[in-house]
Amino acid sequence: MKSVGVFKKDWASELRTRYAINALAMFILVTISVILFSVGQETLSGELTGGLLWVVIFFSAMSGLSRGFVSEEERGTTLTLHLIAKPSTIFTGKFLFNLLLVFIMNIVIFFLFLAFFDSFVIENGLIITLAFLFGNIGIAVSSTIIAAIISKANTKGTLYPVLSFPILLPLILILIELTNFAIVGTTLDEAFVDIAILIIYDIIMITASYMLFDFIWND
Amino acid sequence: MNNFSVELNNVTKFFGRLLVFKNINYSFTSGKVYGITGRNGSGKSTVSRIICGISSASKGKIIYSHNGTEVPREAVYSHVGFVAPYLVLYGEFTALENLSYFAEIRGTEFDEERAKFWLNEFELYKRRNDLLKGFSSGMQQRMKFIFALIHNPDFFILDEPTSNLDVAGKNKVYEIIEKTAREKLIIVASNEESDLELCSEFLNVEEFKAVR
Repeated sequence: MKSVGVFKKDWASELRTRYAINALAMFILVTISVILFSVGQETLSGELTGGLLWVVIFFSAMSGLSRGFVSEEERGTTLTLHLIAKPSTIFTGKFLFNLLLVFIMNIVIFFLFLAFFDSFVIENGLIITLAFLFGNIGIAVSSTIIAAIISKANTKGTLYPVLSFPILLPLILILIELTNFAIVGTTLDEAFVDIAILIIYDIIMITASYMLFDFIWND
Repeated sequence: MNNFSVELNNVTKFFGRLLVFKNINYSFTSGKVYGITGRNGSGKSTVSRIICGISSASKGKIIYSHNGTEVPREAVYSHVGFVAPYLVLYGEFTALENLSYFAEIRGTEFDEERAKFWLNEFELYKRRNDLLKGFSSGMQQRMKFIFALIHNPDFFILDEPTSNLDVAGKNKVYEIIEKTAREKLIIVASNEESDLELCSEFLNVEEFKAVR
């Protein structure tokens, strides 16, 4: 429940300051517009739009999900958090906040793709649902721990995508694969291995993040 | 009476290769007001942060004890009230919202009457629904005292407690220190003579400085 308090505080703060929401909204709009302008009258294949979907999601995550820790560090409120909660409480609260942002962001991107790209048609809804569910958890937990790591650095903006790339790459590759399966209509049995890898990735990242966060949080 | 003690055993702090202090051995116990003294840059704030568990010592050990039971470092936050000029509360929330969120994150019930009592004590009651970013630096310092007092902690670390405060604010702080010192542990890190007048024992950080 304490971590829900951190989440509620962050969400209320976000609604007033719009640090992350504005960055995410602008990035999503601009990126999808650029893709649409550059594609013009060309018809993209379903697989290509599936890949583009996760490229947009990856870079959108890079533009907004670091705010949880970075804004605390920039405002100088990190010390206040140290004085009111255990590290695991803080991490869980920030993770929940990023999870909500990722879900909102990805749902918006997904429906924009459905609206603007004719070839983006989902044949197997269950696969894409599972990919979104576990993919969002993976993106949220990875981006939260990386945000905690980079929040004390001077070059936060550069460091965030640089550190995120190798950590999120395996996740994004699996998600692209699963999205393609969902587009071509592969059965769930055939996609089982990829979904299992996705779940294992989430478990590893959550476990590693909780183990690492104490060291990151306590200087 | 809640008996809280903090024992520093050979506490040493380096920033990179710079030695701040070396082998501090000192004990703090409830019922007294301790002063941490030393010139600017001597490490008063650093030792204060180490004592309240928000910074780590490079070497040495800190033992916290509450009524004879050792308190692990990760649980110290629930026992400490901390005030410092570099402590920042949430400017986008009102005074009451700040206190309400802190209570929720601490896992305690928000006692609005207690919050209003302390807001009244520090003459902030009329501004309770105003955003903190509109507060003057003196008013923010008063809010930090309420933040430190609201959860009824067992020990206080007051780093330059009267910075930015006017005479009335300073007197209120001294009055609270005097009242609270009977049953709690209070540590004041300051160079202000008036802040240190209430202290009965002193830790001079400069005595633990050594050239590497």
